Amino acid sequence: MRGFSELIDKLLLTSSRNRKIDILCDYFKNTPDPDRGFALAIITNSLELKNIPISKIKEIVRENVDAELFALSYDYVGDLAETISLIWPYKENGHLPQISKMISILKNIKKDELSKKIQTFLSIANETERWALIKLISGGLRIGVSSRLAKTALAKFGDKKLDDIEKIWHGIEAPYETLFKWLTNLGPIPEIDLKKTFNPMMLANPIEENDFTNINSKNFVAEWKWDGIRVQIILDDFNIKIFSRTGDDITQTFPEIKCLQKELVILDGELLVGRDYIPMTFNTLQQRLNRKKVSLKHIDDFPAFVKLYDILYLNNEDLREKNWDERRTILESWYYKNKNRYFDLSKIINFNSWKNLAEIRKNEIIDDQHEGLMIKSKYSPYISGRPRGHWYKWKKDPKTVDAILMYAVRGHGKRSSYYSDFTFGLWDGNQLSPIGKAYFGFNDNELKILDKFVRNNTIKKFGPVREVEKTFVIEVAFDSVNSSTRHKSGVALRFPRIKRLREDKPIREVLQLSEFKLEFL
Amino acid sequence: MKWINENLYISPINTYIDPSKPVENAIITHGHADHAKPGHKNVLATKETINIMKIRYGENCAENFQELPLNNTLKIDNVKITFYPAGHILGSVQVLAEYRGEKINFTGDYKTKKDKTCENFEPVRCHTLVTEATFGLPVFQHPNEHNEIKKLLRSLQLFPERPHLVGVYALGKAQRIIGLLRQQRYDKEIFIHGALEKLCNYYIKENVFLGKFSKTNLKTKQEYQGEIILAPPSAIKNVWSRKFEDPIICQASGWMSIKQRAKQSLVELPLIISDHADWNELTDYIKLTRAENVYVTHGREEAIVHWCKMNKINGLALSLSGREEEEDL
Repeated sequence: MRGFSELIDKLLLTSSRNRKIDILCDYFKNTPDPDRGFALAIITNSLELKNIPISKIKEIVRENVDAELFALSYDYVGDLAETISLIWPYKENGHLPQISKMISILKNIKKDELSKKIQTFLSIANETERWALIKLISGGLRIGVSSRLAKTALAKFGDKKLDDIEKIWHGIEAPYETLFKWLTNLGPIPEIDLKKTFNPMMLANPIEENDFTNINSKNFVAEWKWDGIRVQIILDDFNIKIFSRTGDDITQTFPEIKCLQKELVILDGELLVGRDYIPMTFNTLQQRLNRKKVSLKHIDDFPAFVKLYDILYLNNEDLREKNWDERRTILESWYYKNKNRYFDLSKIINFNSWKNLAEIRKNEIIDDQHEGLMIKSKYSPYISGRPRGHWYKWKKDPKTVDAILMYAVRGHGKRSSYYSDFTFGLWDGNQLSPIGKAYFGFNDNELKILDKFVRNNTIKKFGPVREVEKTFVIEVAFDSVNSSTRHKSGVALRFPRIKRLREDKPIREVLQLSEFKLEFL
Repeated sequence: MKWINENLYISPINTYIDPSKPVENAIITHGHADHAKPGHKNVLATKETINIMKIRYGENCAENFQELPLNNTLKIDNVKITFYPAGHILGSVQVLAEYRGEKINFTGDYKTKKDKTCENFEPVRCHTLVTEATFGLPVFQHPNEHNEIKKLLRSLQLFPERPHLVGVYALGKAQRIIGLLRQQRYDKEIFIHGALEKLCNYYIKENVFLGKFSKTNLKTKQEYQGEIILAPPSAIKNVWSRKFEDPIICQASGWMSIKQRAKQSLVELPLIISDHADWNELTDYIKLTRAENVYVTHGREEAIVHWCKMNKINGLALSLSGREEEEDL
């Protein structure tokens, strides 16, 4: 446990992305199998120890520490794993088992020996090991390392392509010994079971002004960027699996979607709700997401369907190396053969020049249904990740609103001496109500101005948060607004960023929240 | 509590201990800003505390200064006052007041661990103990300070190209860190923020060995690679820190045992080094004094009062105002 606990301690306290990658590479290099694989699984949240409830751990601590002192300490420290690691009163000699051994002990621990074992472990451990052990049991490390970052570190460690790691990632399991064999050039790339495995999706880059001069419109096709959730559908042996863009299995959330195929077919599309293939708003779709149980009424009120974009496999054949236009032909012929009410083709938009496409984008976009346009090269293979030069997204113009700067927090890494995370708000009667947070969009010079304003106009501090004089107006750009019950203002902005500083603007000219809702919601 | 009250006022001699506002007669336990304020008429303190006050607030920050050396007793009317070393910073004392046979000891801020930059703590028996409780929760158990300093030195070896910027309080902590580094035979020049200079010079004058140090405004970015630079935590959060390239932010403080707190302050290398008593020191000392009454001036009062109750000692929280936690100390 020593190595693992030191690893996650270092990762927690490091804010630089590159440095985190280096720390992980070092660990992979200096740690044998299967320990490094289990550590990887924990960091990427691919391993859960569900058998020990955290309430049991609390109970064990309360048996050994005065309850009142524990409560006061927990209240002060705020993090359970930290509180227990610091307050545990006993020290015994010995060494904790390695991480892989520890996991197997914890997984197979019997109820009647649980208390005694855990107590012994807590006493043998040093503070950081105790902290790591409790994090391990409670799940969710929250040390600021995404699984993407961990995979990036793996790619660097093995000098392999991140895309190749993404391709196999969802088909391999802890302790990833075949993966590490391949990364250290001691074995071939691991084989995976395609039928069960999510294949990371191909994503688009935002189109830039000079792209239009550099790419030939004749080589590209366009389709609407539908405002739903991107999904991958795997059909095989009369089964269906639906994965979200991040690889989460969401089949259970949309049980109505069915399609029976004997041989393997993998489709890429946008999941939407609506009738007759006419999508309802994204807000409506959200009614269907994150629900464990789906009622028939829900399915009736908000029926789901998929606009098909692409096809990756047909009858066990991998189509990803083929050009987009070949795949499209295959997709269309599959679609007409297997047509059912849950599938629709995402239609191709005809255009003859970028100017023509710009007009279509301007005149034909439907705000509630489209996020913008997708522009795809006719010759693009299907490559996981965000390869350059193949697919572009041309989002609809952002909406903007002038808002008043209210709070600021210092940033991380390079920006750690700057106030660079800003909360802004609109009027709600005579009060200001925060409507969102933004930490980019400004240039370096604007950041300096904002930072200086925050430092010179702080009226209150709440820990790291500074409340500022309500005099500074900023223009905020955002993609859309959703109604939200979680935020006091009742709205949540999608993708907010600071577009311009409007120091000249009087704060009385800023909108009322009610006016804002009327206009955008 | 008949002859002292909750504001640390000793009524028979009309004298306050560490008053937060200007008063006629003040006894000052040590030079930190939340204990030593300017503007009193008469100040009784150790020579070092008086000098520190003069350095920070000017020669005339009180009308009269009276020195009382350690372990000497001064009789004022019917009250006997004796200073015992508190081991907190240079010149820091506990104040023992005796009146009609009853002894009350005011700890001020203290630590019982050895510290080469000041007189070591001496325990005192008393009937009533008036104690601090900055780290008065059982989660605070400060580790060995030499091991913490070794962490800093190890990091310097590991990242010889990065400046190590260590957040320290200007009085006491800065000099202790330098001293601890010297004890580990770190004999390179140490760089300090301007706010630390006068006090470091004063420590040297009092024969505390700090070795070679200099201010940070002399060099280019490259010249700070792999060097140790000490600065107040506020300067590290400030524009000042932009003069260093890719620094490792360290902080030396008892609070650093809480990882989330270190993370929140963007500290990459926390050094758990404190000039305050931790939970064990606080509770051990209460037992050692055999005090029947314990009054807690500031800090985590609730937990200490609760512990007193568990140990059948009268505990009471005074919750003195104006004892803010010196920022990030």
